[in-house]
Amino acid sequence: MDSYQKLKTARKNGRPTGGAYVAELFDFPIEFHGDRRFGDDLAIMGGLAFLDDKPVTFIAMEKGTDLESRVKRNFGCPKPEGYRKALRLMKQAEKFHRPVICFVDTLGAYPGADAEERGQGQAIAESIMEMMGLKTPVISVIIGEGGSGGALALASANKVLILEHAVYSVISPEGCASILWKESTPENVAKAADCLHITAQDMKKFEVAEEIIPEDFEHFPQMCGNMKKILISALEELSALSEEEILQQRYQRFRKFGIFEEKKAGLFRKK
Amino acid sequence: MSFFDKLVGSAKEKCKKCGHEDTLSNLELHDYICSECGFYYRLDARARIKLTVDKNSFQELEKGLISKDFLNFPNYQEKLERTRKETEEEDAVVCGTATIADLNCAVFVMNSKFIMASMGSVVGEKITRLFEYATEHELPVIGFTASGGARMQEGVISLMQMAKVSGAVKNHSNAGLLYITVLTDPTTGGVTASFAMQGDIILAEPKALVGFAGRRVVEQTTKSQLPDNFQKAEFLLEHGFVDAIVPRPELRDTLAKLLEMHKREA
Repeated sequence: MDSYQKLKTARKNGRPTGGAYVAELFDFPIEFHGDRRFGDDLAIMGGLAFLDDKPVTFIAMEKGTDLESRVKRNFGCPKPEGYRKALRLMKQAEKFHRPVICFVDTLGAYPGADAEERGQGQAIAESIMEMMGLKTPVISVIIGEGGSGGALALASANKVLILEHAVYSVISPEGCASILWKESTPENVAKAADCLHITAQDMKKFEVAEEIIPEDFEHFPQMCGNMKKILISALEELSALSEEEILQQRYQRFRKFGIFEEKKAGLFRKK
Repeated sequence: MSFFDKLVGSAKEKCKKCGHEDTLSNLELHDYICSECGFYYRLDARARIKLTVDKNSFQELEKGLISKDFLNFPNYQEKLERTRKETEEEDAVVCGTATIADLNCAVFVMNSKFIMASMGSVVGEKITRLFEYATEHELPVIGFTASGGARMQEGVISLMQMAKVSGAVKNHSNAGLLYITVLTDPTTGGVTASFAMQGDIILAEPKALVGFAGRRVVEQTTKSQLPDNFQKAEFLLEHGFVDAIVPRPELRDTLAKLLEMHKREA
């Protein structure tokens, strides 16, 4: 599959969405609602559950599974109140020393007038900054689309896993195509997807994701069984760390990103 | 304009809003505000530093970091080379230490004249290092933001810069140190969604455009007419997302007072 086919696969109707993983991976999931500030954003669901007898906080982006639920969940495009709900639940997890598991699947944060009015940028900024300082382990799994800052807001984690045909990108290939070539025709979008390097395999190469999880939606319970094993062993590793070590590990994980040249002398004379 | 014109400041700039022509020396004297209509010219990093900090106090840090076209992205390398030549800057942010009214601080200034001050590896790395330096030396940070967002030519690595910088801001904050952001025109995308909105105190210049999504995208999504002041500093103030709008001529004194109010006992 090329990048464009992967993009289409990651977005395909019928692909399991956040809620399906919550139901399959966890025992006794209880969903919690609302950001205690403004409202309840159904594009992000969150709550408590057991993962192999241990309590965890889950946060899952949910695109919906049919037209009605997709509309209800705003097609998985969160608004500020969604990020604020997620952050509230992460802080709660920190208080009770339980790990957080996030499932990321969004085209991007919702670009509507109401979202801008309520501080979409501020909500994402706060989520990322607070996640960087969270004293409890966080694992994020990119299950479909990791669309830009709206995805990173739930993926500033100690460990990031990505499904085999999921994608992660700084800008949607459509957005990139329309900037570069004015029109986002399928050919241009395919080219942009290539240029941007968005596949799970690219993420592994850049160390943006630690591990790729094989997909087998026809045998979803088995696939999730495998995923569960990966999550449990990752959590065991992280739970052995002290709070200070958890923070350090996460800081260093992101600190290393950056590809540039470093010259001893500046290019230009001192001004 | 000729070198001579530049030297004596008789070169002219045209106001983007009303078309009025001002000499550069006159503009500099008036904080780059149009004497006719009050329009705020966009400042490059050096002009901003000159307007803001004590004379001769600026010490540049983290020079020599050069962006790389590691994805072989269409036209990126050419764009970088051309922009470096035009601006005589290495990349879209200038970092350093300075004093304002004799008070020490670390400063970063983003430069919208360099690829719309988009954030790639170099911008992220320089700002991260500045925050690490400020944490180590117990300095407040003042950041002038301007940006078109993350630099798409560096793919997902530019997205990662948002978390990298945010981690450094968080550590600086945990050390009890002050971070003031000054939002300038335009601050958008991934920069708004990270360190622009993470200041303890968030100031903005009048009428500065500040938002996450671009206006055109919002218009298409919302399918309705947006108010004129949509995503302007005044709109953010009204909705509770900036502490104060400070006119450019008052900015330096305001920053000086804020630094004074956070002075740490030696």
